[in-house]
Amino acid sequence: MLAFILTRLGQSVLVMLAVSLISFIMFRYVGDPVASLVSQEASIADQEQLRERLGLNDPFYEQFFRFVWNAIQGNFGISYRLQTPVAELIMSRLPATIELAMTSALIALVFGIVLGVFTALNRKNPFAAGIMAFSLIGVSLPTFLIGIGLIYVFAVELQWLPSFGRGAVVDLGWWRTGFLTETGLRSIILPAITLSLFQLTLIMRLVRAEMLEVLRQDYIKFARARGLSKRAINFSHALKNTLVPVITIAGLQLGSIITGALITETVFQWPGIGSLFLSSVAVVDVPVMAAYLIFVGFVFVIINLIVDILYYVVDPRLRIGGTAKGH
Amino acid sequence: MTDITPSAPKGRIGKIIDSDVFYSYRTSPVAIIASIIATILVLGALFAPWIAPYDPFNPRTLNLMNGFTPPMSESFTGNFFLFGSDHQGRDVFSAILYGSRVSLMVGLSAIMFAMVLGVSLGLIAGYRGGLTDTVIMRIADVQLSFPSILIALLIFGVARGIIPPSQQESMAIFVLIFAIGLSDWAQFARTVRGTTMVEKQKDYVSAARILGVKPIFILIRHILPNVVGPVLVIATIGLALAIIAEATLSFLGVGVPPTQPSLGTLIRIGQQFLFSGEWWILFYPAVTLILLALSVNLLGDWLRDALNPRLR
Repeated sequence: MLAFILTRLGQSVLVMLAVSLISFIMFRYVGDPVASLVSQEASIADQEQLRERLGLNDPFYEQFFRFVWNAIQGNFGISYRLQTPVAELIMSRLPATIELAMTSALIALVFGIVLGVFTALNRKNPFAAGIMAFSLIGVSLPTFLIGIGLIYVFAVELQWLPSFGRGAVVDLGWWRTGFLTETGLRSIILPAITLSLFQLTLIMRLVRAEMLEVLRQDYIKFARARGLSKRAINFSHALKNTLVPVITIAGLQLGSIITGALITETVFQWPGIGSLFLSSVAVVDVPVMAAYLIFVGFVFVIINLIVDILYYVVDPRLRIGGTAKGH
Repeated sequence: MTDITPSAPKGRIGKIIDSDVFYSYRTSPVAIIASIIATILVLGALFAPWIAPYDPFNPRTLNLMNGFTPPMSESFTGNFFLFGSDHQGRDVFSAILYGSRVSLMVGLSAIMFAMVLGVSLGLIAGYRGGLTDTVIMRIADVQLSFPSILIALLIFGVARGIIPPSQQESMAIFVLIFAIGLSDWAQFARTVRGTTMVEKQKDYVSAARILGVKPIFILIRHILPNVVGPVLVIATIGLALAIIAEATLSFLGVGVPPTQPSLGTLIRIGQQFLFSGEWWILFYPAVTLILLALSVNLLGDWLRDALNPRLR
């Protein structure tokens, strides 16, 4: 298992280097870093001097390694637009995105699994059929329309919930949370539902399909023959075995969570890093774009690593083989 | 003894009506409804200049007195608006016709671009094998695990940094097509590569090779026809995704320029008036987008089932 984790770690480092290379090329060659730093009156000699001082005349690999070394230390340069360090900007926006993503992941997992089990066990129930039909809409509607629809119903017509922003936040020193105030909690409901809907329907349909598959297996029949209670069969025997594919898909869908968060943050004017990235794209604020790319790559690598390790925890068959062949 | 009468030779149309695919179309109500809706929307977009009662993007014909007219009613100046008008007195119905034109044009071009790129790379990877194959498929893997909207946004941002500001407006649509197309090619490449690897082992390909046919002709004349079915399915479903991607990017404000609004831009504009009660500016473009994406998607699903020999 240790060997497996070490190999995966090595691969992760390689992936991160590739992502850094792309960000670096973007950082270095899109727009002129010097032109964005000096005033228009600066003479060519001044610009050359600054170029030399910033090390922009050094060989490519030297600049790249300096970029990576700085990134490891959390230094991503200074935003062209806001003139503040990019790392600071990202850190101030990060809590909002993490709280939103976590809340929606929780909603998607809990409701996805519960509804999936429910629809699998009650296939003839008209209510379950209704849920299945509804889930088709969740898969096929674009995220931003779901968000707008929710705003229209719950914020404009019913006026129950706020439609934008994060509400009041409490500063915990290193983390500004919206979970501790009433407006904060009310503000997160609509964005979290919007972001979770796609995942929720996906997980639900998957759990349902897997449950139906597993319930046909011999060991379930045997458990029934032994006279175990329905609850024990359904939940401790059947549900457990549906979780491997759920983990895989939930892990693979991370990309859609990241874009979903970007869109959701825009619709609800949520002050997270997705909306920060979007406003940077609009004005070509390259340092922020590069840092966001590295951040997304990092999250990808970490989640994939966790998913791979979770396989071992959930599926004992993988542990017997020692070094498994991946998936 | 059974009487075998040779059936009369059929014309081209007769052959189509007799085919399996047409039979599966006739017996699938979903496919029929989806294709009717898609046809209406495509025709509306195609003939927008003749159908649209107003020219929504000619500032001279706009009258601010017509602003915020509700659907199915007349404005102060006596003009009739089927779907209402927006803040500038622009007819929402005409804007939708022109908007779906832009949406469809961008979606179709993007998917064509993705198809040509993906099919060529897939053919090359499958036929050459070895290092070429590894490199192309590794890039495709990375591409598939990375969200396509994010790739499109990055390409868009980079293009903005490279293209001089004076040309950005006119280049925006091409950048958009390039960005969406480039984020969708991997699906094509994967499918085509798989089929190519199977087909190139077969005797007819060896025969062609022994006869001295050039690889490029073998790929186009002999192997390409085998992948037409799956490629068509991926392209149809991909078209729906490309339309939604375009709408999303335009909604985020990085898509087509405001002088040529697509359905996504119209939704972005309409969103501003959601709170003041002018729901129609948002509602009708949104419904059009959903109908368009959904009907194309359902057609793709049907095509996949109809062309899949295992399900027959």
